[in-house]
Amino acid sequence: MILYFLKKYQKFNTKVTVSKNYFKVIRAGINTTFQDEGRKNLYHVGIPFSGAMDKRNYLLSNKLVGNKINSPALEFAYQGPLLKYFGNKINIAITGDINFKIKKKDITIDGNCYQSLNLDNGDEVDILSTNKSVYGYLAIGGQIDLKYQWSSCSTNTKAIIGANDGKKFENEQVINISKLNNHSVEKKLNYINTKIENIRIIKGTNFDYFSDKGKKTFLKKEFIVSKLTDRMGMRLEGPKIENIIDTNIKSEGLIKGIIQVPADGNPIVMLSDHGTIGGYPKIGVVISADYDKLVQLSPGSKIKFKQVDLSSAENLFKLYDLETQNLISQIE
Amino acid sequence: MIKNILNLGDAALYCDFGKEVNRETNTQVIRYFKSIQKENIVSINNLSPSYNKLIISFDLKKTNFKDLKKLIENLNITNEDDLENKKIEIPVCCDENFALDIVRLEKKLNLKREKIYENFFDKEFFCYMTGFIAGMPFLGDLSENMRAKRLETPRIKVPKGSVALTEQFANIYTFESPGGWNVIGNSPLRIFDSSKEESPNLINPGDIVFFKEISKIQYESYSE
Repeated sequence: MILYFLKKYQKFNTKVTVSKNYFKVIRAGINTTFQDEGRKNLYHVGIPFSGAMDKRNYLLSNKLVGNKINSPALEFAYQGPLLKYFGNKINIAITGDINFKIKKKDITIDGNCYQSLNLDNGDEVDILSTNKSVYGYLAIGGQIDLKYQWSSCSTNTKAIIGANDGKKFENEQVINISKLNNHSVEKKLNYINTKIENIRIIKGTNFDYFSDKGKKTFLKKEFIVSKLTDRMGMRLEGPKIENIIDTNIKSEGLIKGIIQVPADGNPIVMLSDHGTIGGYPKIGVVISADYDKLVQLSPGSKIKFKQVDLSSAENLFKLYDLETQNLISQIE
Repeated sequence: MIKNILNLGDAALYCDFGKEVNRETNTQVIRYFKSIQKENIVSINNLSPSYNKLIISFDLKKTNFKDLKKLIENLNITNEDDLENKKIEIPVCCDENFALDIVRLEKKLNLKREKIYENFFDKEFFCYMTGFIAGMPFLGDLSENMRAKRLETPRIKVPKGSVALTEQFANIYTFESPGGWNVIGNSPLRIFDSSKEESPNLINPGDIVFFKEISKIQYESYSE
């Protein structure tokens, strides 16, 4: 008897969850992954936090489509994906500074960021490029069918964990939507991403490993973001930072935002998928308030570091967070 | 005991346990790590124990450096000898195809390979920490005559399973990864398993590790 009901329930259940609504990935883009807020309490295992690189833009994308703000979204870098949609009307939104097009049956429209829109069966979203920035987000109004590991779907391609079998998007794959949001009201936010070149830092625990000249170089000179930059780290080029104590330290934990200087004198900033242990001296740490802006600096961008103290950094974070909350509450 | 707590950026505590890298200092670090873990402090995002440091990163929306520092300083840390030391045996095949740097080590250490392997397989190792890449154990200590520096030019790809040495430490590459350690063999054992969310790492800080030599045939027929 129980078995009978169980079978009936399973049958019923299967019917509901079979995905009739899906996106087909026609072009995967350079580095497209699923991201959410990331996973905690795993540094000691060797697994970094991961999660959306630019948290503010990630949260806003979800809010624009009426999702819970910590729902999974697609993160893309430089050139994004080309997606074709099949199914019932669905609401999407793109955030960042993105050049994209919506191809409908007879018409192609230039897309607007921070504005949700509806897609019909057969429509295409073509994310051409991020304008003088790195990351953008595409939120889908509904529930994406994804694998969670340690309560997060964030894809970490190094440890091969998270959604999409721990891999970045590939051509021809499918994104299944298990449930659509009921309301697909189009929403809009007036917001322009500002770009900053001055990144504020707090002195690192090995600040005194560097000569007075080295410290000055770090805090006064301009650096350029190199091409060797990804979700793990950002390598900078420019004047060499002189070390006078030791170019190695005993390996110890890392967190995102740490600026290490290896023997070659070129700083490396740890980003969200960083290795959890490192052995290079830490000259500084980017303040939490500036992290979202830092990750958006594309290769070739100028960057200058400015030192602040701990209490200023804490206040700046409060302000930044308040601003994010205000933006979220403006979307209704 | 913690000698000093500094801030690392605006959202982490940097707890220093002293300059020396030895089992005694590291055992202190692991004690603090396990005690804090048990407290389930919601504002803490991550704990990173290493040889002689413990980094505690936190959610700046929930607490700040000053408050969390006070909380950590006032914690009751279990000082009894209650740390579990699991003993783990790791099979290693030292076939020439796996032992990528054995010739280099023979030169650097001025030891014949037979002697290098004898020293290595006789040793009992202690796991100081895990990380860099998921599940990678940092094992010590190699005797003085076994200590070699990293490769001058690191490899772009060290094969998964590689067992490698540098300075007083041995490690196992849980994934294919860039790296500069001296590779002496390869283990078929799965050291990191992401499907086991409760304990993905086979080897954890405080564990004791032995290596056991296996033949190429045993390696190839190895099943987990």
